[in-house]
Amino acid sequence: MHELAVTESLLEITLRHAQNANALRVDNLYLVIGQLSSIIDDSVQFYWDIVAKDTIAEGARLNFRRIATQMECRDCQQVFTPDDSQFDCPNCGSGQVRILAGEEFYLEAIDVQ
Amino acid sequence: MTNRIPIVEKILSANDRIAAENRQILEDQGVFSINFMASPGAGKTSLIEQTVGRLASELKIAVIDGDIATSLDADRAAAAGAVAIQINTGGECHLDAVMLREALPKLDLKAVDLLIVENVGNLVCPANFPLGTHQSVLIASIPEGDDKPYKYPGMYRGVDALVINKTDLLPYIPFRMDFFQRGVEILNPGLVTFPLSCRTGEGLEAWLAWLTGEVERHG
Repeated sequence: MHELAVTESLLEITLRHAQNANALRVDNLYLVIGQLSSIIDDSVQFYWDIVAKDTIAEGARLNFRRIATQMECRDCQQVFTPDDSQFDCPNCGSGQVRILAGEEFYLEAIDVQ
Repeated sequence: MTNRIPIVEKILSANDRIAAENRQILEDQGVFSINFMASPGAGKTSLIEQTVGRLASELKIAVIDGDIATSLDADRAAAAGAVAIQINTGGECHLDAVMLREALPKLDLKAVDLLIVENVGNLVCPANFPLGTHQSVLIASIPEGDDKPYKYPGMYRGVDALVINKTDLLPYIPFRMDFFQRGVEILNPGLVTFPLSCRTGEGLEAWLAWLTGEVERHG
């Protein structure tokens, strides 16, 4: 896993935006993580507490909004969340499916003082 | 007073920026580049050996080999006839764009037609770190099992071509090709796929023809 790389990148983005806003302190980060790209878990908070030490973002809380995978059948337009071993449409069995959600991997917002 | 600042920035955007710069460097030098990704043991190095061995007479090929600690894979690529250099990631489970950036000056890029970057064996992390190569190729293999697209969707989603290696083992292993390819098709519709065996050579011609065509198209 690569929590450290993720955390360092998060810190760079956070500090850049916080400084642009002349913030004194960062209290919260809001992360959006799709199930299809889910490579980070709550342990990122531990890394954060280390890499953000002695910055204005020290002690900030990481909040995760996880997005379930959502697919849409191209044949019957059914929208569904696939299970672990089956991506076919549960309504009509079609394999013609497109991905609507689940690939999110971004920092949505921060709370600053 | 608390103030919420909207951001909406990709978490690994710094990597993506450097990847874009890597692409520009490769473009400027006229190098076509591919990123080989796979789980450990799928046959990345074997495919490099076969590819280099068969194309070295017509293309100048360089290999950058990402490995956690050893140079075994780079040695094999060099023995097959490529200019090979090693990146030891020092424990990191993937290559990133910075590592590739630092490795590129070690090659005489003007003298290279095709650069193959062999990523660290891993089906999770490399998918999140684009390197800036022109194409990404995933090498799956029969013994891994047919459920891998379902378990590692991020990897299957982001690649430009798929090799299915070790097809010579199909008679011995319960691998539902239909089930496997159905998952792939949903994640990556129309993905160009090459079932082959590096051991017997079966199916290699189609792969080599595709690769040669891509090099020419970018040349």
